[in-house]
Amino acid sequence: MSTILFLMRQTLVFSVPLLVVALGGMFSERSGVVNIALEGTMVFGAFTSVLFINLVQDTLSGQVLLLLAILIAGLAGVLISLLHAYASINMKADQVISGTAINMLTPALAIYVGRMIFTVQQINFKNTFRLQVPLLNKIPILGEVFFKDAYLTTYLGILILILSSVILYRTRFGLRLRACGEHPHAADSVGINVYKMRYAGVMISGLLAGVGGLIFVIPTSTNFNATVAGYGFLALAVLIFGQWKPLRILFASLFFGFMKTIAATYSSIPLLRNLGVPSTFFKMIPFAATLVVLAFTSKKSQSPKAAGVPYDKSVR
Amino acid sequence: MKLKNRLGQGDFSFLAPIIAIAIGLLFGLGILLVSNPGQALDGFITILTGAFRDMRSLGRIMYFATPIILTGLSVGFAFKTGLFNIGAPGQFILGAFGAVLVGIKLPQLGGVHWLVALLAALVLGAFWALLPGLLKAFANVHEVIASIMMNYIGMYLVNYLVQNNIYDRLRNQSLGVARSAVIPRWGLDKVFPRSNVNAGFFIALLAAIVIYIILNKTAFGFELKAVGYNRDASKYAGINEKRNIVLSMVIAGALSGLGGGLLYLAGTGKFIEVVDVLAAEGFTGIPVALLGMSNPIGIIFAGLFIGYITVGGDYMQLYDFVPEIIDIIIASIIYFSAFSLIVRNIIQRRLKLRGGKVQ
Repeated sequence: MSTILFLMRQTLVFSVPLLVVALGGMFSERSGVVNIALEGTMVFGAFTSVLFINLVQDTLSGQVLLLLAILIAGLAGVLISLLHAYASINMKADQVISGTAINMLTPALAIYVGRMIFTVQQINFKNTFRLQVPLLNKIPILGEVFFKDAYLTTYLGILILILSSVILYRTRFGLRLRACGEHPHAADSVGINVYKMRYAGVMISGLLAGVGGLIFVIPTSTNFNATVAGYGFLALAVLIFGQWKPLRILFASLFFGFMKTIAATYSSIPLLRNLGVPSTFFKMIPFAATLVVLAFTSKKSQSPKAAGVPYDKSVR
Repeated sequence: MKLKNRLGQGDFSFLAPIIAIAIGLLFGLGILLVSNPGQALDGFITILTGAFRDMRSLGRIMYFATPIILTGLSVGFAFKTGLFNIGAPGQFILGAFGAVLVGIKLPQLGGVHWLVALLAALVLGAFWALLPGLLKAFANVHEVIASIMMNYIGMYLVNYLVQNNIYDRLRNQSLGVARSAVIPRWGLDKVFPRSNVNAGFFIALLAAIVIYIILNKTAFGFELKAVGYNRDASKYAGINEKRNIVLSMVIAGALSGLGGGLLYLAGTGKFIEVVDVLAAEGFTGIPVALLGMSNPIGIIFAGLFIGYITVGGDYMQLYDFVPEIIDIIIASIIYFSAFSLIVRNIIQRRLKLRGGKVQ
């Protein structure tokens, strides 16, 4: 029983950042801009916010500090995503190239600044963010998983999921955003400002990816080492696996998170150890599964039709 | 995802990459100024001149350039044929594994050992690009996404294979290759002492020339480029476009794989480390291809340029700077070279306004 609880808790830890970042990617791609800079954006969000925590943790701690750090991670993400938005919307640049540039830039920047300030690239922080929810943590199973030694970020992830779903499907903004990703010329012809909507999409992706970077670092480590271990690319896979739809993205991130959990905890679980399957294969499964899904769905893919194509008014 | 590749299409205006390099360097200077104003200018001059200090530094430019010329060719060749090969890191590390495996297990090959090991690198690299090629041609899967997945699968796979076949448990890396598998120096160590440069550099040059000939002087290359320009039109013209897409990816993969082999057989104490990090040389292929305008000869110079500022960057530590400043500069060069289309248009419009000749 305790093993299963442990697995559930770990799955949650791995899934929430994937969920948040993939939802971010969803907003960008639904508006028509491919964002492979999710990885770099996560790094930048995590870097600035962990640096912030490191600098003020003597005076602040606990949930207040965490909330401020989340805010800063989000702002940092938005800031870096503006680079991508400017290149891909105004300059009509190749979105993969601009994304690659950001993926190279932010880890280098994090190492550079880290070593300039601390002489080592690792930035340490004290984890004062665990949360005990009174009463609720007495509920069997559910309480153990969600309310004992919990993180605020888990609830934030769920909130972001609900909000994303509502915004995308139940608001005027969401409808317009989707229109710009499917057929920007049609959207333009009815008076929607395609550039503005795409900026909004990319900035939301920056916000969520920045926050996602922090969410990834906080429960898994006590320092930030200029990397988010490929989570941004994994989130990209989650996004495709989830076919650009919020609820499916949730299931995809839980599945990927579970695979990550098995790969990470493999050796401590006798049942899995006796299977004789090397842990490497559990690490590969999310990526391989995405390839399989792509192979079978891409002919009639659900991907936004105009994603990756710069919008040019003069082309009809 | 539909990505329109406007890269690698004719028009050799060398201005765009030079402007990108200039802006990237200025950006780097800006960062140096912000972080340490007193030493910034000395540091910046070191980046620019460090590589010309002595023969050893000159040799190191070539040593650094060798693998990234190959990954640059890989990315550039794919660009020319309308594909974005972001899978170079995976192909690179598989090639490295192939080379190191043969380099350890088959010392009885003697004089041709290193050549066979490089061949293994080439084949494994090509193999790793085969699946994205097939998926692109037959299932319409975008090669960028497929290659990203293959990068991670390849990284984990190589880690696993190294641990189970050629593992140095103490150092958590691959074992050393046999002496006969090390690429010969061909006297380069006499001209550029202690610089690690070896015959691999000539292999990189040869690869660039071969790719240049394939792309520009053969019907096969013409077909590949035609498919890149317009898949449907090529099909209509009787070109087997599916086969060509697969071949483009496979050739691109072979180049990256060869790059991996050249780096890990250089006999310079480089081993495949068992860490969950993608091969940086693979990603560096992207700026090399961009700066070289996807032209094989341009890619040689672009590779040498990246090698040159990397060597200069290594000397930055003398001024209490962190060598990662080079990565920052390279990243901003990539970012600005993404603008090359617009820059080119502006230049052409200016020329037109002045009544100058426009190509």
